[in-house]
Amino acid sequence: MRVSPSLIGLAFAAALSSVPAMAAEPQKAEVIHWWTSGGEAAAVKVFADAYDKAGGQWVDSAIAGGGGEAARTAGINRIVGGNPPTMMQFNTGKQLDELVSNSYLANLDDAANAGHWKDLLPKPIVDASMRDGHWYALPVNIHGANWLFYNTKVFADAGIPEPKTWSDLLAAGPKLKAKGVIPFAHGGQAWQDHLLFDAVLAGEGGSDLYLSVYGKDPEKAIASPGFKHVAEVFKQLGGLMDPGMPGRNWNDATAMVITGKAGFQVMGDWAKGEFLSASQTPGKEYGCAILGADGGYVMGGDVFVFPKMKDANGTAAQAKLESLMLDPATQIAFNTKKGSVPARTDLDVSSMDACAQKGVALLKDPKKQLPSITYLISPDETGALNDVITQYLNTPSETPDDFVAKFAAAVKASQ
Amino acid sequence: MSQPVGASARSRASARWRRQAPAALALLPAAVIVIAVYIGAMIWTVRLAFSSSKMLPVFDFVGLQQFERLFATERFVASGWHILVFGVLFIAGALVLGFLLAVFIDQHVRFEGAFRTIFLYPYAMSFIVTGLAWQWFLHPELGLQKAVRDWGFTSFTFDWIVQPNLVIYTLVIAAIWQASGLVMAILLAGLRGVDAELWKAARIDAIPPWRVYMSIILPMLTPMLVTAAVLLAVAVAKLYDLVIAMTKGGPGISSEVPAKFIMDNFFERSNVGLGSAAATVLLITVVAIVAPWIYAEHLRPKRSGR
Repeated sequence: MRVSPSLIGLAFAAALSSVPAMAAEPQKAEVIHWWTSGGEAAAVKVFADAYDKAGGQWVDSAIAGGGGEAARTAGINRIVGGNPPTMMQFNTGKQLDELVSNSYLANLDDAANAGHWKDLLPKPIVDASMRDGHWYALPVNIHGANWLFYNTKVFADAGIPEPKTWSDLLAAGPKLKAKGVIPFAHGGQAWQDHLLFDAVLAGEGGSDLYLSVYGKDPEKAIASPGFKHVAEVFKQLGGLMDPGMPGRNWNDATAMVITGKAGFQVMGDWAKGEFLSASQTPGKEYGCAILGADGGYVMGGDVFVFPKMKDANGTAAQAKLESLMLDPATQIAFNTKKGSVPARTDLDVSSMDACAQKGVALLKDPKKQLPSITYLISPDETGALNDVITQYLNTPSETPDDFVAKFAAAVKASQ
Repeated sequence: MSQPVGASARSRASARWRRQAPAALALLPAAVIVIAVYIGAMIWTVRLAFSSSKMLPVFDFVGLQQFERLFATERFVASGWHILVFGVLFIAGALVLGFLLAVFIDQHVRFEGAFRTIFLYPYAMSFIVTGLAWQWFLHPELGLQKAVRDWGFTSFTFDWIVQPNLVIYTLVIAAIWQASGLVMAILLAGLRGVDAELWKAARIDAIPPWRVYMSIILPMLTPMLVTAAVLLAVAVAKLYDLVIAMTKGGPGISSEVPAKFIMDNFFERSNVGLGSAAATVLLITVVAIVAPWIYAEHLRPKRSGR
């Protein structure tokens, strides 16, 4: 049989043109995020698989760069430029303020009401995800930012029990030095210095002081004797660090604890990934603790935002994504790989590691839910304080009084 | 009489235009890009420096508020001093070392090609690679200090990179190491252009070679020295990646530079207004330094009518 080429062409054209009309076309969801390290990529795949299983098609736009500046810059440019991704990662908190106030982001109230987010999530996270009573961000995890990780063998050899307060830790310093170990493995980069300062502020200064320093009316709190005491303890901790500290990456510091070259590190729970890849188990080779009488758990974390879309297909994809991220099984699987704990506090976490269980137990008490600075202050203020804190830690001649004055000035200038 | 002259001039002009039209057309996109993108972005940035922009640009007017905050910010003021110290030492150091290297190679040493390649090699590397390599080399627990101590000299100390008041000099060392090869290449080209007769004459007069270099050759190389100095000065103004790779601005803020301040505020800190103000100050500084030179080179009426 002879078929004319033009007929074949026609048939192809017909087949091609009918493709977009087919109902079975998967809903594409382009997602911008900065989870690119091994454990993180495995974690985000949990979401991707869940979405694909629900009949969608996850299009991954991972943009590397630890703190996520590159990813956020790219995403914000696309949102403002009118070509938004379906979904985009932010850190929980104030980073998305201006996108909300310029109404670039979709309102998530429907999904939030249907999923009872308000009842499932800790209150500080609810507050950080809502603006003027409406939902604009979907929280997916909680990172603990003030963990002490220590090498159990090194501590046992020096006869040190698990520290409970920052004074315990300061007292452990000389004993570790006597054993020829660097007491404190610290990564001397400004954001890490700030992370450590906040951990001391929450533990030694207490939850109330922490919340007022980063609250609406900080002047009095910064001028208080409690804050100066925090500054003194922070400086004393600097004395336990090694000379190679400036500029060090956090994971290099973690490696020093893993190998027993150093005794301890203060870092967020993402450091667990490093211990895990060295096949160390929490509670065995390394221990974890939150220091201070209040036991405040400084919560960082990630949210997804959903830019306003023009096409119905994109909006449908967003609705589908919104409904599945907080699903119990997805939450456990994602957070186990990410090193964080589930954003909702009602889940059975017995399958997760000892540190995660400790964290979830703390989070059940609303008094111990301390928002991290990303919830409380602007990136501008965070940066200005980074400069002040890192300079204080690295300048031996700077006194706590100088520091308090500079801290107050930086807070004032950036408000 | 005048008409034919005018006509021929016109036809000459139109002939010239016909010859140059394709070239002008080809250059047009570049010209548009330069004017729209470079100049446009400059105006845009200066405008934003007077606004209260945080994450997104807004076009309100807050006067000099951002500049007031800028000059009250310890880190920015410190950055200015750092770039000044770095700039002076780096340009002077690279010129001196580059000149010495060029003179060394100009002695027609054996394996000249190999030396030339070795000296020029660092310039082929990006500042990021240079910075990382020097960071490892200078790190007290990984690099030189540890190596020498492991050989038995336990009191040896070379930890400038973690000393707040010395760290800026480590940046100077790394940058000179990278750039002096370029200076050498430029000056060597000049040295090779020196007439051999000149050397013969100097030898007959029994003038010592160093004296010839200082008093005769060096003045002849002035255009090359200026070129090299301009290239180095550009590297100073945009100094960013070396700092990122080597010190990240630390310890504390003791190796911060203006370009890093601008980048941090634009992106990480969502503070477009303050970043723009800093960029404007940097622009004004560069213009203030470059303008007299441009005037002297291009705009000053030439003394001999050419």
